[in-house]
Amino acid sequence: MSAVKKVAVTSEGPTLESRVDARFGRAGGFAVVDLETMEVEYVDNGGSQSMAQGAGIQAAENVANAGAQVLLSGYVGPKAFAALQAAGIGVGQDVDGLTVGEAVEKYKRGEVPMAASANAQAGGNK
Amino acid sequence: MIFAIASGKGGTGKTTVSASLATLWENDVTAVDLDVEEPNLHLFLNPEITGTEKGYVTVPEADEERCVKCGACRDICQFKAITLMAGTLLVFPEMCHGCGGCMAVCPEKALIPGRRELGEIVRGRSGNMEFLMGRLRIGEAMAPPLMRQVKERMGFIATGDVIIDAPPGVSCPAMNAVMDADAVVLVTEPTPFGFHDFKLAWEAFSPLGIPMGAVINRAGLGDSTVQNFCKEKGIPIWAEIPYDRAIAEAYSQGRVIADAVPGLRDTFLKLKEHMVAAAEENDMLGVFRA
Repeated sequence: MSAVKKVAVTSEGPTLESRVDARFGRAGGFAVVDLETMEVEYVDNGGSQSMAQGAGIQAAENVANAGAQVLLSGYVGPKAFAALQAAGIGVGQDVDGLTVGEAVEKYKRGEVPMAASANAQAGGNK
Repeated sequence: MIFAIASGKGGTGKTTVSASLATLWENDVTAVDLDVEEPNLHLFLNPEITGTEKGYVTVPEADEERCVKCGACRDICQFKAITLMAGTLLVFPEMCHGCGGCMAVCPEKALIPGRRELGEIVRGRSGNMEFLMGRLRIGEAMAPPLMRQVKERMGFIATGDVIIDAPPGVSCPAMNAVMDADAVVLVTEPTPFGFHDFKLAWEAFSPLGIPMGAVINRAGLGDSTVQNFCKEKGIPIWAEIPYDRAIAEAYSQGRVIADAVPGLRDTFLKLKEHMVAAAEENDMLGVFRA
């Protein structure tokens, strides 16, 4: 994988102080953080929240379109995981309970392993 | 004529009513279990199974060699069953509703028709009665495509009247089961839950313009909220089945209550009269309207 410049974190709000949204597919949005400058760009994920199905796949497309190389979230389902993997996006799970900033710092310290598989069932976090 | 036995709430007695009606129906009748997620009408009718076939939905299979990554399939899919991630074509067949849009728009014919098993369609006979049911494959999420295939068979084999045991609820499967009916029987019970879901079902099915009547099962239990609502909205109560231990016992033994419990045969014969009268009246109104 090429060098990681941007990390997308599922987020309940647009700042580093916002809480991590535990859900991936139906997250409120993504805080896309530039690892060098720690600048945050917020990508709304509201469209995925209201989908009858395929929210995880749509969210994966949103993360890819935002130009992130790594995604940090609470729980990622199998189809979303497959889509992220196809796009070459690393997935760090179980960072729920933190703020976006804390999650990114934890990742920077090398304490968030990149997952080899999904940690949630399909449609699990509706 | 087609009669659908429906309810908002599960466990109100749709199958109990369907089995009794089908058993005492004197004309040619086909009993159809469209509660494909958990069919159980056969447990009461004990049909001799004469045939089982599988139902499928057509889903795309990707020919990566031919794919030019144009994204036309991704753009037309309303269900996220197909997408392109960094130039990789991903197909999620379990998400596919089988509309065929992706295959139609692919300029390179890179998507070929494959299939996903939906479940099975079972046909049988019980005395003079034809029997048909759909059974969804475990893990399959989409009931309506299989229901449509069951209804297609129903069109071929039904010579007389049809009694449909519908799934509970008011979403797509329930709607699918009642939409072709000439009359709908709403089975409910006089409890707060029964009333809540009865109201939902009445609201959901009313726009179809199909005559509806209520059957109050376990009458004597709870209160009179359902009866009052029916009065207020002009919903006829076609039958009341008493809250009676003998009925519960017959049910638990897989028996048809119209046969097993004295007095109930008349209740169901009257119900049948109401159903047929409502459907015929609606039919005549249709002729006048046309």
